[in-house]
Amino acid sequence: MPAVSKGDGMRGLAVFISDIRNCKSKEAEIKRINKELANIRSKFKGKYALDGYSKKSTSASCSSSFSLVMTLTLDTWRPVNLLSSNRYTEKQIVRHLFISVLVNSNSELIRPQPHLHGPGLHCIASVGSREMAEAFAGEIPKVLVAGYVRAALCLLRLYRTCFDCCVCVFFQGVVTAATSLITTLAQKNPEEFKTSVSLAVSRLSRIVTSASTDLQDYTYYFVPAPWLSVKLLRLLQCYPPPEDPAVRGRLTECLETILNKAQEPPKSKKVQHSNAKNAVLFEAISLIIHHDRCVGCLWRRLHLLGQFLQHGCQDTHRDVINALKTERDVSVRQRAVDLLYAMCDRSNMLSYLETADYSIREEIVLKVAILAEKYAVDYTWYVDTILNLIRIAGDYVSEEVWYRVIQIVINRDDVQGYAAKTVFEALQAPACHENLVKVGGYILGEFGNLIAGDPRSSPLIQFNLLHSKFHLCSVPTRALLLSTYIKFVNLFPEVKPTIQDVLRSDSQLRNADVELQQRAVEYLRLSTVASTDILATVLEEMPPFPERESSILAKLKKKKGPSTVTDLEDTKRERSVDVNGGPEPAPASTSAMSTPSPSADLLGLGAAPPAPAGPPPSSGGGGLLVDVFSDSASVVAPLAPGSEDNFARFVCKNNGVLFENQLLQIGLKSEFRQNLGRMFIFYGNKTSTQFLNFTPTLICSDDLQPNILGFITKPVDPTVEGGAQVQQVVNIECVSDFTEAPVLNIQFRYGGTFQNVSVQLPITLNKFFQPTEMASQDFFQRWKQLSNPQQEVQNIFKAKHPMDTEVTKAKIIGFGSALLEEVDPNPANFVGAGIIHTKTTQIGCLLRLEPNLQAQMYRLTLRTSKEAVSQRLCELLSAQF
Amino acid sequence: MIKFFLMVNKQGQTRLSKYYEHVDINKRTLLETEVIKSCLSRSNEQDFKLIYRQYAASFIVVGVNDTENEMAIYEFIHNFVEVLDEYFSRVVSLMIMFNLDKIHIILDEMVLNGCIVETNRARILAPLLILDKMSES
Repeated sequence: MPAVSKGDGMRGLAVFISDIRNCKSKEAEIKRINKELANIRSKFKGKYALDGYSKKSTSASCSSSFSLVMTLTLDTWRPVNLLSSNRYTEKQIVRHLFISVLVNSNSELIRPQPHLHGPGLHCIASVGSREMAEAFAGEIPKVLVAGYVRAALCLLRLYRTCFDCCVCVFFQGVVTAATSLITTLAQKNPEEFKTSVSLAVSRLSRIVTSASTDLQDYTYYFVPAPWLSVKLLRLLQCYPPPEDPAVRGRLTECLETILNKAQEPPKSKKVQHSNAKNAVLFEAISLIIHHDRCVGCLWRRLHLLGQFLQHGCQDTHRDVINALKTERDVSVRQRAVDLLYAMCDRSNMLSYLETADYSIREEIVLKVAILAEKYAVDYTWYVDTILNLIRIAGDYVSEEVWYRVIQIVINRDDVQGYAAKTVFEALQAPACHENLVKVGGYILGEFGNLIAGDPRSSPLIQFNLLHSKFHLCSVPTRALLLSTYIKFVNLFPEVKPTIQDVLRSDSQLRNADVELQQRAVEYLRLSTVASTDILATVLEEMPPFPERESSILAKLKKKKGPSTVTDLEDTKRERSVDVNGGPEPAPASTSAMSTPSPSADLLGLGAAPPAPAGPPPSSGGGGLLVDVFSDSASVVAPLAPGSEDNFARFVCKNNGVLFENQLLQIGLKSEFRQNLGRMFIFYGNKTSTQFLNFTPTLICSDDLQPNILGFITKPVDPTVEGGAQVQQVVNIECVSDFTEAPVLNIQFRYGGTFQNVSVQLPITLNKFFQPTEMASQDFFQRWKQLSNPQQEVQNIFKAKHPMDTEVTKAKIIGFGSALLEEVDPNPANFVGAGIIHTKTTQIGCLLRLEPNLQAQMYRLTLRTSKEAVSQRLCELLSAQF
Repeated sequence: MIKFFLMVNKQGQTRLSKYYEHVDINKRTLLETEVIKSCLSRSNEQDFKLIYRQYAASFIVVGVNDTENEMAIYEFIHNFVEVLDEYFSRVVSLMIMFNLDKIHIILDEMVLNGCIVETNRARILAPLLILDKMSES
């Protein structure tokens, strides 16, 4: 065995491979591979030491068999131990064959075998040479994902070597590798790698301005180091434009050189040359777009680009537009479109749409729609543009575009009349696109009354216009038109008979399509049976849409990568605040509610506390607000025993069990924000029989009524199964300060008996207490301000619970006040401050609790600007200790 | 970043495959057939971009993600072929099969973890030539 000749090892491999190749079937292949593996196994188990070659050959066979069959056995791991061997050749082979093929391919197997990593990583970490750094730059992050300490150390080592690489002039290849690493790292921690920007720029300028002989090694078909340039440009895209003017100037120079070079006549006829040149050019353009520079520079670039694309033309815009017509390569055109998209303004958007290639038309349409919205100062212009868009490229207008225009028209009152008029005129054209019919139908249905005064667009004419297109449209459009007709019935009673005839006609009532037939039948009945009031309610105008992230943008993002779209999206979000011109006043509470997700209601009333506490049944579609200030004659059971204790418990906390008896358990979970609150009440049926007619009602006494508003948002199912738990949500708004608490009355039938339970809902004034931090001077200043005797309430009482400092602190914080440290000269005293939020006012409160341990007593002093508040808070808080 | 690198012959058999991102083993054959079909019929729908070049009897296909510069990869493929050409002095598909290990070594020298690191022919082939010399001597 030790006497194996040099070529033998590899020859065995060649034999192995040709055998495999000659195998007729998969089973035969597997058999041959297994045979080889058995061979290898025996070699490894052999008593004699294997020399380098056979190890190599076995490793090579292993990896070949792996790549051919893709199965892995434990045996194939053994050669990894070769890493520890000192001979470079062995290390090489194993490094390449194993670490790359096996480790990258099947990472699941790696995780349970950390000890195998050990030697490999160890060797890297200790050797840490430049070549190794280069070689392993890729592998290590993958291993790092599995989270091993050694891998982290390796990586650290690599960082250092990479930075050195960057500074060093020599090995270009190393720079390339280092650049990749830095780019990825820069994307994660941009701060740390800021210095690399200037280095990158200097490198880039050196490459770009080099004479052809300098970088001979790396010149590819007369283009100097194309891949490295691309990498450097990509790295620069991770950062905003450099602040340092010297660096910025250098960069500008570079980019100009690249653009200039692009214009020069090609140095070589070969396609590789132009491809490489274009590669660098595209990346440069991306960088320019990313930096989004001042208009002047951009025009110049555009001019250069236009020249490049078209070889000589004067006007800058026309350049690019013509380029789209003439340039053969689709990808170049695509890039040109991107460039225009990024820097376009209102005047020229649609013109190039007409010349665009079919394959990218839809994308262009989307982009145009977004641009139109972004630049729309005046929404009439926007409506015009979108209608034009539909006219020109109707087929490519996706659903999102016309949904969006409808959303905008509905949200903005001022543009509704204009939209109706424009749409009406557009529909009069002899051949109009179906999308236009859809938009037109919808808008006229909603706002046709705004133009009905004009004799040219009287209701009957509107109807006839739409109906003339009816038969030319597809089923969904027809369905939409039917809805429009019924809306007309509501808006214009004079056309009701005409429309009813249409709906009654056989072609509708017996239509083959189920949806159309259904709609026709239902609308016909609705128009005949319903009184005008009901009809009006059903067909009321659509309420304004809540603002959402534009679905157009989402669709565009899906098509392309996120990079091009992000900054537009940001600016768009700022703008879209204007779009929703709805009347709801953004309450002061919105600033406190930070819901960062883009899909949150821009009005700030997102997932958390309640929306329409203010304007309840205004818009027709609003939620059902069942006013439960009951006038019902039902007997209110006396408050259940023990509820007082529970009530006191809930003053300082928000969650827990409110009430429990043999049949029913009531749990509570509440959250409060400023003057609004939401309570989740959980009713648990402790028995195995169902409760029938389960009705909880919220009762507020007469004193309480004006001061607090409680709404049950949705009634609970009247049957509660045995062992089940149902939930109910109550929304509460504090209008002004109050002393009593609302009562929850539950009635149900259990078995044959009638049950009636009442509990006090722990909605107390302190729930609307918001803590305020302040310094000691502020505190004492305010304290002195509230020196009016009515404003202060003091109570001296005996402690009911043991006087523990921590517990006391927790209770004060639970009460809602901010606990202020180091304010009171006596450290044993507790000082708190906060603001009670009500709808009408905000009341500042200051409190001070002085414990007397020997006497087991407390003195509580409360100062607020309103006497009743002081009184109530004092009561509540005294009960806690 | 480069997601995978394939060399496929006209019959659709994969001669060389290298993945820079984990793909299940069973899924690979599926992926490769799909990719080959796309190349032969020129359509691309998936969430990676395919860049391929045809050389006589085989295709070299590279799958990349969105951020990569297509022209750069296109030329990279050509660079790779030129390197092979220089090493094997007139490369033929058969040679690729018999020297899979060397091809992997070359590819590794050029691409690491999905990023292009070395494009200079001499430097790429240097370690390989050293290896050869050592094995001969």
